[in-house]
Amino acid sequence: MPESTKELYTEEITLNMGPQHPSTHGVYRGILTMDGEYVVGVENVIGYLHRGLEKIAENRTYTQFIPYTDRLDYLSAMLNNLGYVQAVEKLMGIEVPERAEYLRIIMAELQRMASHMVFVASFALDLSGWTGWMYPFRDRERILDLFEMASGSRLTTSYLRIGGVAEDVPEEFWPALKALLADLPRCFEEYDGLITGNEIFQARTKGIGILDVATALAYGVTGPNLRAAGLAFDLRKARPYGIYSRFDFEIPTGQNGDSFDRFVVRIQEMRQSLRIIEQAVREIPAGPVRAKLPKVLRPPKGEVYHQIEGSKGILGFYLVSDGSTRPYRLHIRGPSFVNLGAFPLMVKGGTIQDLVSTLASIDIVLGEVDR
Amino acid sequence: MRVEPQALTARLQEKYGPAIEVLPDPTVTTILVPPERLPAIAAELAESFNLLLDLTAVDWPEYFEVVYFLWSVPEAEELRLKVRLPKDRPEVSSVSACWPAALCLEREAYDLLGIVFRGHPDLRRILCPDDFVGHPLRKDFALAQADRWEEGPPAR
Repeated sequence: MPESTKELYTEEITLNMGPQHPSTHGVYRGILTMDGEYVVGVENVIGYLHRGLEKIAENRTYTQFIPYTDRLDYLSAMLNNLGYVQAVEKLMGIEVPERAEYLRIIMAELQRMASHMVFVASFALDLSGWTGWMYPFRDRERILDLFEMASGSRLTTSYLRIGGVAEDVPEEFWPALKALLADLPRCFEEYDGLITGNEIFQARTKGIGILDVATALAYGVTGPNLRAAGLAFDLRKARPYGIYSRFDFEIPTGQNGDSFDRFVVRIQEMRQSLRIIEQAVREIPAGPVRAKLPKVLRPPKGEVYHQIEGSKGILGFYLVSDGSTRPYRLHIRGPSFVNLGAFPLMVKGGTIQDLVSTLASIDIVLGEVDR
Repeated sequence: MRVEPQALTARLQEKYGPAIEVLPDPTVTTILVPPERLPAIAAELAESFNLLLDLTAVDWPEYFEVVYFLWSVPEAEELRLKVRLPKDRPEVSSVSACWPAALCLEREAYDLLGIVFRGHPDLRRILCPDDFVGHPLRKDFALAQADRWEEGPPAR
């Protein structure tokens, strides 16, 4: 702050932002302490969407809980399904048929792209870029159409089952998917042309909300936000789950850990997801899509922690079984919840408009924050 | 530094006595430490395990079990740490000084299970409303209780 401004200093004011605010991406509320235009401190106030999913899980059978996972990060239902069903499969030692494994990869990576498209779109919108909002949503629509073909549902898919997927995709799924895959590289270029290269966008994001690797890890920040800081840590490579080890892809990283890098990393990740899907479509075998399992699942006593690379970071499920048909305890690590913990740090000392762009750049979904 | 379960346990036992126990778990090395030893052990482990991925607790009939999920990111190695706390006084030291990620995770465990983390700078409810009564993930929490907000603010 220049000396002249310091002389004009009067007092700090408290400013309430949210829970109903267009740029808080849901019901996030921040209590900002402001010195004029500068942010002195932020207190996260969350829980407005708390539905007690972990308690609900204790009163449902293992299979009955799958639809609830859709409602965690409601932009990544397929990924949430995947994390949960794999946790149960790990607990019970269930083998999943090959075709189902490939379908899961295709769905998971489509979902990652769809989630990143919402990120790109809403980031642009938060900085008043209306056109930037429209293009990713146009393309996400086609992914949701594919989900509708496979599961009958666009957002809360509940497509995955313990031991496989609900059913095989219909015939018309494949030509629609291939047409989408052919169009996507051009779509990504459009985002780059519209948003990434935009001078105003760069001015609003470069050097803003910097988070370095050490701080990110200390605060438990994972996923694209960590990779934007420069560390290539991706569970699909570091601890491959399912059949991820069979695919050839790269981990995009940033250098500066600012809002701009967090944006660029996600655009690059969509390109890598596209590569994975193309390989999966080429290699997918014919066969059954669900393992034969008893109607009532009764996992052995024990506990398991399963973590996957969600669209926002590491999504973890801690499942404790007492040998009955219902989980004794289910704990869900929502990556957005932990990532949000580093947010006050990232915006301290910046202006209020930088706060808006930083909040957009860490990509939180409140369904997962509040659970 | 690779994490060898036996070597690690032997090293910790040598330093802190035989109270450190390795729990059988087929998927990951799990050690049980006495709550009073946790601050020292956490400080030592934080040097090699730079990511506290998750922290939660389980309400067992005989005790509360707080579980720490640690990751060494450079080595892609995992370690699980557990402490068991008495039902009548579930208190343990905060590890937020070693891993700031615990700041929000410990608040969650406090809110939902009533575990008190001594030394946490701001231990308040995080998901439930401030005037909520009880800790919903405890097994004795009655789901059908009529109104949880009429009884006034909860005792801390």
